[in-house]
Amino acid sequence: MSDSDPPITLYRLQACPYCERVVRTLREHGIDYRSRFVEPMHSERNAVKRLTGKRTVPAIVDENTGVTMSESANIVDYVERAYGDGEVA
Amino acid sequence: MAWDFEVVEFPPADHVAEGECAPDFERPLVNDEYWEDAALSDLVAERPVVLLFHPMDGSFPATYVWKQVREREWRDYDATVVGVSISTPYAHKDLIEEVGIDHKLFADPGNGVAEQFGVVNDLDGMAGVSEPRPAAFVVDGDRTVRYAWVAGEWPEFPPYDEIEAAIEDLV
Repeated sequence: MSDSDPPITLYRLQACPYCERVVRTLREHGIDYRSRFVEPMHSERNAVKRLTGKRTVPAIVDENTGVTMSESANIVDYVERAYGDGEVA
Repeated sequence: MAWDFEVVEFPPADHVAEGECAPDFERPLVNDEYWEDAALSDLVAERPVVLLFHPMDGSFPATYVWKQVREREWRDYDATVVGVSISTPYAHKDLIEEVGIDHKLFADPGNGVAEQFGVVNDLDGMAGVSEPRPAAFVVDGDRTVRYAWVAGEWPEFPPYDEIEAAIEDLV
């Protein structure tokens, strides 16, 4: 929305532990992100489906790298590879 | 002559007036698919903003106002029309779907935005609940209020023609 928008957008569901796992990883790496909250009903998550092909959350979009992905374990791996130990993707 | 119904008069409101700077705020902004935090200052940086404060989702004035906005096709203006009520993002998503709203709605359950704008309505018979009075503010790119309307009685509906004139002056 503005020039200062963070490059990472996290699609999440309120109170979803898998989403919180991704949040914790992003915070641990000091990564700025924006949250978009979706509905509990899978059928109402077309915004996520358009991005990843699936309606599951968490899902992230990283504009730094052009990466879009879902599944918390995959996302955590990705974040650690891309942003862990001073490495930059 | 005695009326058999009661239109409640609001006391005068010390609200943000035309020519003043609109207070900035950030709240979850809900569309038909998701919500994310957004600030008024971000919105006005893109185009003029029409802020419509309305009673909680599910009340008949909330439905009436958004039906009017839809019928008047305010989505065609080069301005961002947004609602503000105390309802949750979940309720906003339902209202957007049920009424067919083409605009985004700020969720402000704590009613802090109405406090900032001086348009608080403490609800009689709903202990501990306050919400905005019906109100409309047209805000330009400098966040200056170019038009302000605040309900003087309850219920009262926005003067849509006046708001349209204020938008057309800006775009």
